[in-house]
Amino acid sequence: MEPADPSLRKPIGPDADRRRFLKRGLALGAALATTGRAANAASQQVPADSSKALGRHMIPYTERSPFEQAGKVKGPPTMPDEWGANFTPLGESVGIITPSSLFYEVNRSGVAEIDPRKHRLLIHGMVDRPVMLTIEEIKRLPSVSRIYFLECSGNTQTEWEAPAVPTVQFTHGLTSCAEWTGVPLSLLLREVGVRKGATWVLAEGADGSGNERSLPLAKAMDDIIVAYGQNGEALRPENGYPLRLVVPGWEGNVSVKWLRRLTVTDRPYMTRIEAVDHTSLMPGGKARRFMFVMDAKSVITFPSGGQRLPGPGTYEITGLAWSGRGRVRRVDFSSDGGKTWRAANLQEPILPFAHTRFRSSWRWDGREVLLQSRCIDEIGYVQPTLAALVKVRGVNSTYHNNAIQTWKVTTDGSVHNARA
Amino acid sequence: MLEHRVSVAAVATLVALTAAAAHAQLPSYGVGRAPTTEEIKAWDVTIPPDGKGLPPGSGTAAQGEAVYVARCESCHGAKGQSPKYEPAATKRTILVGGRGTLHTDKPVQTIGSFWPYATTLWSYINRSQPFDEPGSLTHDEVYAVTAYLLYLNGIIGQSDVLDSRTLPGVKMPNRDGFVPDARPDVAVPTAPTKR
Repeated sequence: MEPADPSLRKPIGPDADRRRFLKRGLALGAALATTGRAANAASQQVPADSSKALGRHMIPYTERSPFEQAGKVKGPPTMPDEWGANFTPLGESVGIITPSSLFYEVNRSGVAEIDPRKHRLLIHGMVDRPVMLTIEEIKRLPSVSRIYFLECSGNTQTEWEAPAVPTVQFTHGLTSCAEWTGVPLSLLLREVGVRKGATWVLAEGADGSGNERSLPLAKAMDDIIVAYGQNGEALRPENGYPLRLVVPGWEGNVSVKWLRRLTVTDRPYMTRIEAVDHTSLMPGGKARRFMFVMDAKSVITFPSGGQRLPGPGTYEITGLAWSGRGRVRRVDFSSDGGKTWRAANLQEPILPFAHTRFRSSWRWDGREVLLQSRCIDEIGYVQPTLAALVKVRGVNSTYHNNAIQTWKVTTDGSVHNARA
Repeated sequence: MLEHRVSVAAVATLVALTAAAAHAQLPSYGVGRAPTTEEIKAWDVTIPPDGKGLPPGSGTAAQGEAVYVARCESCHGAKGQSPKYEPAATKRTILVGGRGTLHTDKPVQTIGSFWPYATTLWSYINRSQPFDEPGSLTHDEVYAVTAYLLYLNGIIGQSDVLDSRTLPGVKMPNRDGFVPDARPDVAVPTAPTKR
């Protein structure tokens, strides 16, 4: 007899096929995507004429078409599989929302595996009522949903000295944008009663690395979310399941994943991740620290490195712009390496601390061109050239490279990471 | 009569709910409980620069060398100078050396040349190391391996004892090497944009 609980039934038909396909996909890896063999393999799975065949049955949790192969790529390859970044394939992105399955990750101790029934959030320190909360209790509290980007401050760090990586996935793939759902941190802090004199909050994750990060109380009382939802469902394990901080506009590492502890305090703890990592060494030998805000930035995602234009003609250039200081006000586009600019069209919605999609019609005459975009945000900050950044910061500051990106289209239509 | 009984039950329920809410740690929403001292102690392990929260225990560089060889060397290499892994862009995996290079074109950012506080080192090793078994060292081992790394960097002596009292007193060479964020730091002239 069939069990009443659907989850107890054995997978049959396409669902089992899906699992086999996933297994094969894991075994063969990304090489398939580049050779086109994946499409050939997928062709074997679909009928020659879909209008003359019964489609497959419906399943509880669906997968994308086997023809779609864009995936994250983990780097740097010299480090262990559990340590490093998993870059979002921005070259294939559409719209402003990053699918949860393609949302970038940075992990220092692998992807934590957590039973939500056992997970707890502790809030203590300089508070009147220290508290231990379950996930269910947190979900009962008044929640908000907001669309915010997160960007690793190490995004684009390979590009300080020379064009180093071939595609927008590797130059800019450590930014992603999602709808987050959760409880305002300010609500939790008001409930536990922050004591006079408190100025910082230490957030700690439940993974092996801890990722302990001190945050100014003023930001915590402003717009930080204690999130359990991402793009309409629970957070993915890679993005902090079952609970994480989302800190709008600030470098990604402060949005602590797998959140289990908030300690209200009167000073920063100077943990490794804030006192050593995520500091920027300046010419002269001093290093900046607590560089929270992500400055305005943009990048053209089509055409971008590794792509190819089939020939001269009219194209729609498109890309993403964002700012940690609020809304994108304007995005300029140049096809002559920044000598002349014209305004691109901004696609609605234009939200604060969110990716904004820009588009511009462009006619390619077949000659070599240098494509650029620059973002101007609501405070009037203009995305700088790399030369302007290097003049102030040198080439050893690692983090917060928000320079204008150049893509060179050569006469054969191929697109390359380049300098103007 | 029936009505009366219902209202008594309702009042009783209300009283019970109010009592629960008054007991809850989030009073407006009636959820959450007070953590136990043991629960806080188990998680509240991050050590700030003044050393508050450092547990009992101690170690020397001489003792730490054995811990390092057994638990750290397979990744970080002999004497912290030949890491097995190298994240090309960050140049921060070598643990030893680099003093006097931060202002040069080829800065080497190590524990000795860059880390501002010895407490940061202790706290990080205690919470997050070794990579494959985070949090598995004893407090004595963490003191000892911290001492070994500071000794390799010429900051303490081989037989100096690190404990909750001495560790916060270790002055790291680059303690004053940090400045606040100065952004926006780039003045960008806005070139004319065609509409």
